[in-house]
Amino acid sequence: MDYPKQYRYTKEHEWVDLDGSTAKIGITDFAQQQLGDIVFAELPAVGTVLRSGQAFATVESVKAVSEVFAPLEGTVAEVNAEVAQHPERLNSHPHDTWLITATVSHPSAVNQLMDAAAYQQFLAASSDSSAH
Amino acid sequence: MSEIPSAVVRPARHTALHDVHRRLGGKMVPFGGWDMPVEYSGILAEHRAVRERAGLFDVSHMGEISIQGREALDLVQFVTCNDASRLHLDQCQYSGLMTPQGTFMDDLVVNKFTDRHYWLIVNAANRERDFEHICQHDHFDAQVVNVSEGYTQLAVQGPATVKILQPLTPVALSPIRYYHFTIGKLLGVECIISRTGYTGEDGFELYFDPEHSEHVWNGILDAGQAAGLLPCGLGARNTLRMEAGMALYGHEIDTTTTPLEAGLGWITKLGKPDFLGKAVIERQAEQGLTRKLIGFEMEEAGIARDGYAVLHQGQRVGQVTSAGPAPTLGRNIGMAYLPVALCPPGTLIDIQIRTRTARARVVPMPFYKRRA
Repeated sequence: MDYPKQYRYTKEHEWVDLDGSTAKIGITDFAQQQLGDIVFAELPAVGTVLRSGQAFATVESVKAVSEVFAPLEGTVAEVNAEVAQHPERLNSHPHDTWLITATVSHPSAVNQLMDAAAYQQFLAASSDSSAH
Repeated sequence: MSEIPSAVVRPARHTALHDVHRRLGGKMVPFGGWDMPVEYSGILAEHRAVRERAGLFDVSHMGEISIQGREALDLVQFVTCNDASRLHLDQCQYSGLMTPQGTFMDDLVVNKFTDRHYWLIVNAANRERDFEHICQHDHFDAQVVNVSEGYTQLAVQGPATVKILQPLTPVALSPIRYYHFTIGKLLGVECIISRTGYTGEDGFELYFDPEHSEHVWNGILDAGQAAGLLPCGLGARNTLRMEAGMALYGHEIDTTTTPLEAGLGWITKLGKPDFLGKAVIERQAEQGLTRKLIGFEMEEAGIARDGYAVLHQGQRVGQVTSAGPAPTLGRNIGMAYLPVALCPPGTLIDIQIRTRTARARVVPMPFYKRRA
């Protein structure tokens, strides 16, 4: 699956699609593959303050519980109700299915995150080191 | 994203089919000291295949301990809680390997081959420990041998199993009754063909020389393709057994739980001669239990998981032993030990899910029962 060029990525496998000071945030294709069938997502309330690197949501597959960390500081503006109804879309369309949108405090901080090429390199490097 | 990590304690062992699983795209995870496929096409798809059609599992990590000799039955009787003297030839029996404290060293299946030859089929993580334990208590004219390395074990489970396997063997499969086995050729390979399983569906478990592992695995996959059989991993095995209300060692049962507490009084035969832990279990039967294993269903949004706390009126009253989504039921279920006063079905409890609690209700087990 393609990693959109305009997105930025974290080492914890979140993606950010920033437009002005509004960011859509989701989980990557790699993340959904690791989790397997996703059956539940617990999302924050609108207005929740996001602190960079802190968990703001939980995504659960049949087998695993995984926290989703805020890639940037800001405030939750919208929560994707469709994810609550159809969590399996995080498996089928991970890069089109945002969890929340946020009003970001410091939009320029996005430049500290990986671009698509760097993220894919990061994935390749981590799979090499865990190969056995 | 952060996944709850599972601990790896030593280099993982491989079954004879390890390369086959990787070629099939199996997602490998550590389980009981083994590197095993947790899923291939996805737990939900595999779970559904077993309930509606069929699934093929590599369960070669399970162990087989052979007990042979003039007093083989006496040894089996002494270390297990069920009554193996009731077994006919070619019959299997679900039972428990007991500690002197009347708790579970393991749960297992006893196979009777002859009056002087039995097998105990035990869990992967316990197979060496079980063997040592049985040897320690072998004050009988009986030889105990861990024959685990000599067998691949495959499970074919689901309503289409007989239809898929019958063309592969001259053995008439339909007449083999539940919890009975026979020995015969399947795909030209001599197998123990046992009508047992861990999914709540009809099906067979096959034991044979690991040399033929790929031949038999691929032969069954090919034969089952038209009927929609899928290779299945431990993920679906776990959701299937949970729905069927079956215990998993290390979760519902371990060295701190007795058969009576685990709802396994039906495999505990206090009328048979002395066995390990019998006195403790007898005392428990007389004095009554303080806690029991129950099943619960979530009433509110949220998924209980292994190890979560169970609360009643704000007080911690127990801990979840196994839990998660039940794909066939479309609900979130679990099992837990609770004080007996809270065990009647209908009792409302709360599950601590991270920083919040969610309401659940005690329900009868099994959660799922196949139509006869």
